[in-house]
Amino acid sequence: MKEEIIIAGFGGQGVLSMGKILAYSGVMQGQEVSWIPSYGPEMRGGTANVTVILSDRKISSPVLQEFDTGIVLNQQSLDKFEDSIKAGGTLLYDPNGITHPPHRTDLDIYTIDAAVEAARSGNAKVFNMFVLGAFLRIKPLVTIENVIEGLRHSLPERAHKMIPANEAALRRGMELVRKSEQHG
Amino acid sequence: MEDIKLMKGNEVLAHAAVRCGVDGYFGYPITPQSEVLETLSELRPWKTTGMVVLQAESEVASINMVYGGASVGKRVMTSTSSPGLSLMCEGLSYLAGAELPCVVIDVSRGGPGLGTIQASQADYFQVVKGGGHGDYRMPVLAPNSVQEMNDFVDLAFELAFKYLNPVVILADGVIGQMMEKVRLSPQKPRRTEAQIREECPWAALGKGSGPMQRKERNIVTSCYIDPETMERHNHKLQEKYDRMERDEVRVEEMETADAEYILVAYGASSRICAKVVEDARAEGLRVGLIRPITLFPFPAATIRRAAEHAKGFLSVELSMGQMIEDVRMAIGNAAMPVRHFGRTGGIIHSPREVYDALKQLMTETGGLQ
Repeated sequence: MKEEIIIAGFGGQGVLSMGKILAYSGVMQGQEVSWIPSYGPEMRGGTANVTVILSDRKISSPVLQEFDTGIVLNQQSLDKFEDSIKAGGTLLYDPNGITHPPHRTDLDIYTIDAAVEAARSGNAKVFNMFVLGAFLRIKPLVTIENVIEGLRHSLPERAHKMIPANEAALRRGMELVRKSEQHG
Repeated sequence: MEDIKLMKGNEVLAHAAVRCGVDGYFGYPITPQSEVLETLSELRPWKTTGMVVLQAESEVASINMVYGGASVGKRVMTSTSSPGLSLMCEGLSYLAGAELPCVVIDVSRGGPGLGTIQASQADYFQVVKGGGHGDYRMPVLAPNSVQEMNDFVDLAFELAFKYLNPVVILADGVIGQMMEKVRLSPQKPRRTEAQIREECPWAALGKGSGPMQRKERNIVTSCYIDPETMERHNHKLQEKYDRMERDEVRVEEMETADAEYILVAYGASSRICAKVVEDARAEGLRVGLIRPITLFPFPAATIRRAAEHAKGFLSVELSMGQMIEDVRMAIGNAAMPVRHFGRTGGIIHSPREVYDALKQLMTETGGLQ
């Protein structure tokens, strides 16, 4: 098993932390992992992205030009990364704010209404967990138990009281994900 | 489950420093290595091991604090990124001249000048060939994984005290900022004052008292006004650098035994090249990788050996081509194309870009029909 993932969106959407939780879940699952962010002014807004690799073998390059899965959370990221998903790969995106939907016909495309659901739930902080839940429904690379364990390791102690809300959002994301029928 | 953590390379440097019993860290924040000082501040080792962590007013101050700590036999270190290392170069020359052990970490970024905060490998000349003035060399370790960011801190101190010389860990923004699994070293105690007196008979600790009392104070200096004395000192230093070249070469080879084309790369570029080797081998192409772990001493013999059956070399660095000079020198007069490939400005070359450059070299030299 080897899964090469790009996660991209606005700074502040929890892109990097979603990647970190996914990577930590992989560690808990006994996998090899790498997490490499774009870093710099993006931290203050603008676009942020992170490449996460989960594998059962040693990872050579953490830097990649193409991905098995793209998880994109805004239009800029869709424009930037849609073409770097491998043929037959997976694209998961939040349609909120997307004016130009994906054009690829050789991908499995899924949507997750995470922004809408986060607003409805009144807890914007778990936005990225709806998305991660959706991804893990499509590709169950790690168990939800190991995600919780990953959260426990990646969150500071004082935030551990947030874990139940995160878990609920993960499970809700699993329910909300929809296969896009756009391209049949 | 084993105690495996997921951490950034920079965070690991800080943990490794505390765990290998460092006495003092002096640094000034600069991207992309600010997490070293941040993590040390969070770890508060002054409350546990008694390690000093001090944010200096500048890189010039940091390196001179390192000089002070090293003069009294302490295990001291600093970390910075490229423009900061430029400021430290005078200090590095003085440390080397005065034969003081210390560890300096450069998590390099794009230059020249203020450049960019993104990753780069354009400090090779500065770190490996000098930077400071005078005839001096420093062992240079080039980690290519988060685990090696842990392991090389301890190794760097071992070499520093073995040779009484500054040792540099030359990392880059990719290795500093990426997260991977890491097994941190066990906690070692800091050395006691008595141990330092015994292990560092050269340290400037005064005359002392009791049975250990000395007749004369040690003087730590790099200043030898008398030309004959200065030359003798240079010969002594050179003898030390020769020993490093003989005993301290570290290198990793991947698929080189039958390779017709050899990639040479260190740090982040060596990880990218490892994927190129995987991809090339999957297509049946005889491609290998030589990864210098020590940049000084440089693994020239390994490269020379590989050149005996190779058709061409591609040196891959995030620079306009610096290490390639050492690759060329290692190969010597053998009729062999040696090319450079590398992106700069903080752009990281993708495995595909490197593979394309390799295929072009192969096509031009008859290795690819």
